[in-house]
Amino acid sequence: MQRIGVFVCWCGSNIAGTVDVKAVAEALKSEPGVVFSTDYQYMCSQAGQNMIKDAIAEHKLTGIVICSCSPRMHEATFRKTAAAAGLNPYMVEIANIREQCSWVHKDMLTGTEKAVILGKAAVAKVSLNAPLTPGESPVTKRALVIGGGIAGIQTALDIADAGFEVDIVEKKPTIGGKMAQLDKTFPTLDCAACILTPKMVDVAQHEKIRIFSYSEVTDVKGFVGNFDVTIQKHARYVKEDVCTGCGDCTTKCPMKKVPNEFNLNMDNRSAIYIPFAQAVPKVATIDPNACNMLKNGKCGLCAKVCAAGAIDYTQKDEFIEEKYGAIVVATGFNPISMDKFDEFAYNQSKDVITSLEFERLTNAAGPTAGKLLRPSDLEHPHTIVFVQCVGSRCASCAEKGKEYCSKICCMYTAKHAMLTRDKYPDTDVYVFYIDVRTPGKNFDEFYRRAVEEYGVHYIKGMVGKVTPEGKKLKVQASDLLGNRQLHIDADLVVLAAAIEPDKSARPLATKLTASMDTNDFFTEAHPKLRPVESPTAGVFLSGTCQGPKDIPETVSQAGAAASKVIGLLAKDKLTTNPCVASSNEMMCNGCSSCANVCPYGAITYEDKEFRMPDRTTQVRRIAKVNPAVCQGCGACTVACPSGAMDLRGFATSQIMAEVDAICK
Amino acid sequence: MQVNEYKPLIVAFCCNWCSYAGADLAGNNRLSYPADVKIIRVPCSCRVNPMFILRAFQRGADGVIICGCHPGDCHYTSGNYYARRRMALLFSMLDYLGIERERTRVEWVSAAEGAKFAATMNDFAEKVTALGENKRLEDLRCKK
Amino acid sequence: MSSNNQYLQEDIIRMSGVNPKKCMKCGKCSATCPAYDEMEYHPHQFVDMVETGIIEPLLNSKSLYRCLSCFACIDRCPRGVEPAKLVEAVRLIAVRQQGNNHLKPDAIPGMWDEDLPQQAIVSAFRKYTK
Repeated sequence: MQRIGVFVCWCGSNIAGTVDVKAVAEALKSEPGVVFSTDYQYMCSQAGQNMIKDAIAEHKLTGIVICSCSPRMHEATFRKTAAAAGLNPYMVEIANIREQCSWVHKDMLTGTEKAVILGKAAVAKVSLNAPLTPGESPVTKRALVIGGGIAGIQTALDIADAGFEVDIVEKKPTIGGKMAQLDKTFPTLDCAACILTPKMVDVAQHEKIRIFSYSEVTDVKGFVGNFDVTIQKHARYVKEDVCTGCGDCTTKCPMKKVPNEFNLNMDNRSAIYIPFAQAVPKVATIDPNACNMLKNGKCGLCAKVCAAGAIDYTQKDEFIEEKYGAIVVATGFNPISMDKFDEFAYNQSKDVITSLEFERLTNAAGPTAGKLLRPSDLEHPHTIVFVQCVGSRCASCAEKGKEYCSKICCMYTAKHAMLTRDKYPDTDVYVFYIDVRTPGKNFDEFYRRAVEEYGVHYIKGMVGKVTPEGKKLKVQASDLLGNRQLHIDADLVVLAAAIEPDKSARPLATKLTASMDTNDFFTEAHPKLRPVESPTAGVFLSGTCQGPKDIPETVSQAGAAASKVIGLLAKDKLTTNPCVASSNEMMCNGCSSCANVCPYGAITYEDKEFRMPDRTTQVRRIAKVNPAVCQGCGACTVACPSGAMDLRGFATSQIMAEVDAICK
Repeated sequence: MQVNEYKPLIVAFCCNWCSYAGADLAGNNRLSYPADVKIIRVPCSCRVNPMFILRAFQRGADGVIICGCHPGDCHYTSGNYYARRRMALLFSMLDYLGIERERTRVEWVSAAEGAKFAATMNDFAEKVTALGENKRLEDLRCKK
Repeated sequence: MSSNNQYLQEDIIRMSGVNPKKCMKCGKCSATCPAYDEMEYHPHQFVDMVETGIIEPLLNSKSLYRCLSCFACIDRCPRGVEPAKLVEAVRLIAVRQQGNNHLKPDAIPGMWDEDLPQQAIVSAFRKYTK
């Protein structure tokens, strides 16, 4: 039997004004288990706390009830008081008789009556409390960043600068991501390579950062502070530590007709290649699908010309196992496929391109060396039509487009239109828009400059169809404000394709037990207050894997994710919340109902041997809660059909006891 | 004032992060609501087992209200959605048992909505008072 | 909105199964419409007028019979509003109005237009064969 002490606080006149505190203390004295009951002006004061400590010692109390203000106010205070007196801090319950009683009721009689009932409920609960101890788990002081775009780069740099080791896993042969493919960046128009490549070099030279390029995460086990990750390093058939990146092999390679994915297949590269001049690591990679030596065993030219002797045709995929304390997801985005938008004739004409292709067309390192030329006949286009929201805000066609706004298109289209008019004033530039969305510092000013200073024709309306006819593209569109249908003979049509999370994100989320929305964007732990954390503890989000973002936003989120990681890695040990779910293995039937509702992936299953009454043994599948991952929401406790799952601190029996006490 | 005025017994389950804080705010702003409402703190609205509600009715409660964070604002991401689904099922069962629909309710109250909390409780208490005592599920053996 | 218009609006929405509130006013329907130049009210205006409840002018407009029921607007609308179904519903209302029947047999020869397909038949084909 518990020995419970009740302490009723006056809170000056805050409580005592509407509640007869002496009567409450008297009434609770006769509750089962209560051995001591008193009242005092200010329980939270030093004198009040000492009174509690003395009573715990004197009456050998095993549980205490404080009738006072909200537990959100002073629960922590009284738990410390209890701990100081040698009582388990989780043996304290608060009856909220201020915010939820004395302050909302005017009448002394009703106030006192309710306070007694709230006190009884707290007594009923505390008599079922069990001492709880927060667990501890160690922290591996290393971080893993998945994705080597600007988000991953910035996060890795920030974590490494704080003194922690960081590994970057990038599935492409080089880090840099989408930003490396961009020409200029809005709204300042500085060149993307000029601001990105120094950061890439910083990453390569940082003593705390390792880059696993051409690699993928294949397996993740463990939990916050203790992840075990398997990284698959694809064979690039070139010894990374020997290759000097001189590029002799790429010029000598006879297989020169391989579509160059860095330039979005608008030109060709060789079978052995370095994606672009500033690649990091600057190491050649052999494309096994194109290399004649790897396919047929004939050629071997690159090995002959390589002065460093870096080529190794026998290289195999490597699997590396590493331990990490935190994982940052920075898997980024891709433009969606335009295959299903027949009306824009993307697959019928080479001169209908996406905005990312336009970036390469205008980039000095691109397929046209920076001259804006039509891909079909390399002539200078005189009329360019930009179409916005292609596949964005597309509610009807889940198989075609995306329901959300891709956020970055309005600004990059304004940038493209402005740069085109700036460099080639003889071109006519039309932008068809549904809305122009420019929330951001200096964004609207930028868009207005495109219209007012550069003379870009912004037309409210959508393009209905594009028909290739001879050398022209017939564009049929509506001008809603002019209430007319427009027919434009264009030379080039640029589609602002919606962006979607990288395809690798979904399988990765499964490995991490991190949740995703229906669009495959990672879900944040709280949409406003915890935007860079995944609900799964120890997993953080950086960049567009969480939602569409431009570069400034990505960089600031990357920094925020890094600071959260640093906050985690700075700890030697993690203290876990003891109010977590736990499963009674005798009752659990391994049905998976709990794991299905757990937002944190805290529940796993294991086979356990049970001794049966007839002395045989039986192996049963039972649920196991990882207390380091569980956050204590209790969703599983209700989902559990056998009643095996319970929540410490808010046990079913405790809440039932409260209900009973209130309804008596 | 009437003598022997009927007082309903109302149990409110409030999630720790939003609604319980909303109730505290109602108190801070001295917004009154009937003393018949007794609040039980749960970590999340998804901790409310339908069993708790049946138990409350069995023990003589006249109304039960579950308060959680607004959809999309749950501290645990999805708890209030679970609560909403479970309660929808429970309510249709209560309907079948002949418990008036007005005796149960799910409300979203944020930590900033003290006024909404008080207004909700006033309205709920009024509706339950109008219905009178809940005798259908009450277990007379539990009655003192 | 006059009560008649409101009644008609409800009828059109019910008959067509279209929710004009889903329209985000991008104008792709009108951009894609091959009969745009023939029309007094263009597809996006159709949607807007049904949404705001301006039905009478639509009923009396020749635009009703200029729509080819090619369904390009339905195919391309990014929000799934289906303007052609609205046009069809307004057309049906016009046809069903007592004493005001646009398709009185005697009047058909006068309405005959060599260049236009016979709307009632074409749209019926579309509707019952898709």
